[in-house]
Amino acid sequence: MSEHVNLPEESLEKLTTTINLGPTHPATHGVFQNIVELDGETVVSAEQTVGYIHRAFEKIAEHRPMYQITPLTDRLNYCSSPINNMGWHITCEKLLGVKTPKRVDYLRIIIMELARISDHLICNSIVGVDSGAFSGFLYVMQYRELIYEIYEEICGSRLTTNMGRIGGFERNFTNQAFEKLEKFIKEWPGVLKEFENLFVRNRIFMDRTIGVGPISAERALNYGFTGPNLRAAGVDYDVRYHTPYSSYQDFNFTIPVGSTGDCYDRFLVREGEMWQSLELIKQAYQKVQEFKGAEAEVFHADIPEYYLPDKKDVYTSMEALIYHFKIIMGETKMPSGEVYSSVEGANGELGFYLISDGSRAPYRLHFRRPCFIYYQAYSELTKGGLLSDAIITMSSLNLIAGELDA
Amino acid sequence: MALDNKRIRERLVEKFGAEITEWSEPYGLLTFVCPKDINLKVLQFLYDDQELGFTFLTDLCGVHYPDRTGSEISVVYHLHNLKDNIRIRFKIYTPSAKPDVFSASALYEAANWMERETYDFFGVNFIGHPNLKRILNIEEMEFFPLRKEFPLEDQKRTDKDDEMFGRG
Repeated sequence: MSEHVNLPEESLEKLTTTINLGPTHPATHGVFQNIVELDGETVVSAEQTVGYIHRAFEKIAEHRPMYQITPLTDRLNYCSSPINNMGWHITCEKLLGVKTPKRVDYLRIIIMELARISDHLICNSIVGVDSGAFSGFLYVMQYRELIYEIYEEICGSRLTTNMGRIGGFERNFTNQAFEKLEKFIKEWPGVLKEFENLFVRNRIFMDRTIGVGPISAERALNYGFTGPNLRAAGVDYDVRYHTPYSSYQDFNFTIPVGSTGDCYDRFLVREGEMWQSLELIKQAYQKVQEFKGAEAEVFHADIPEYYLPDKKDVYTSMEALIYHFKIIMGETKMPSGEVYSSVEGANGELGFYLISDGSRAPYRLHFRRPCFIYYQAYSELTKGGLLSDAIITMSSLNLIAGELDA
Repeated sequence: MALDNKRIRERLVEKFGAEITEWSEPYGLLTFVCPKDINLKVLQFLYDDQELGFTFLTDLCGVHYPDRTGSEISVVYHLHNLKDNIRIRFKIYTPSAKPDVFSASALYEAANWMERETYDFFGVNFIGHPNLKRILNIEEMEFFPLRKEFPLEDQKRTDKDDEMFGRG
């Protein structure tokens, strides 16, 4: 069939059909364009066009002080913004040589794992929607809402969170936040179990996803896959385990892996990760509760040059006023240096390559965006499959347009 | 014996001798510079060598240093050995007047789009790349936006009617 692909545009012998999937097709869940060459219903080739929502974050970042870059990271993978925020803060802390208190690390883990759950939840339920099961999607949204309410208690916003500061959080977690977290810990297992019951052994879902969009471990590594997509192919690489940040080494968790790298395995790996995230949240919450006395109130590192002081101190203390002014006006210099730091984002290794020349803004900041790198494989994943399988493959890769285009 | 920075350096010096320069370890990450015409040889050696086994390309990006006359543009590779869990970074420099660099896309599929991105923003011409065209910006663009000579728009400019966007 492939010999017909390269015929001239108007050629009568051309037996394949070219269709434009996107950029604003409802099935693509974001601004993606795919020029798909079809032979009947079989995909012969797919060519991706990206960049529809490119916003030049790397350029903008070169003109901004550190704390103003956090809102840019929100808009990368906007399904799990807190992970990006904290990834950026961890990068800055590495450059500055700041050691965060354990309580901050554990609170961060609670938030990052909640974000991971909400991201995987979207991805898995969208895979369900694309295979024709809409109820799972609607049902779990209620709990994503609960996660967003927890964010709201902590930082005041929901989707683009801009959460935390360099060195910790802007304020301590409120009791309401912990109450909501307890509610989540209590109710979530039942919900996730019910969600799994809808899909995991569902004949239709299995038929639609098993063997669809598979990739071998070697190809996945060569394509630079990371995160659940790599683990579904059978490679147990997880940044949380291999390069622990934010005290992940203090926790017990397993890394779920698949074997075939198809949509079904990707689904199962994400399900497994949600259970692991729940375990991590429970452990972290328990560790947070174990802090006593003054330690139980710590929510940021003691770095007055970089951490924005409390407003009431600004009005009463000279040092706080000076630091407040310097930080807000962006007059705090970064030490010069070169640092690569990565976190396990919800869809892979989210890396920050930061070069500082000692001025107020980064000399160069590069985001290693996992979905930009693994989306290259889309053509190979879908070749020879059906058009409807190509749609499921796209949603099961967990492509987020904001991250893809930066 | 687990692989460490010292051993990697020994192996590379054994193979390439004095061609590899500027060894450093910022924040524990082994970093070095190699001449741009042997970048593929170094990558291939790091990939093939049984002991080194840097088979995972984590990141590839460009950096522009306008003050370094004759070697203004840098291409930075971050490689990862997943078995021994160790990372390295290496850089090559190329003049911005003739930014020709050999493409690593035959070795790593992942390099394909990363090199297109680097071309798009810095104009690095990757020789041997199968499809070197712009990826995030429009194809009609005539400049390479992440080079330092392209400043962001001046926030105080007055020649533009921006009333609808809050800058009237």
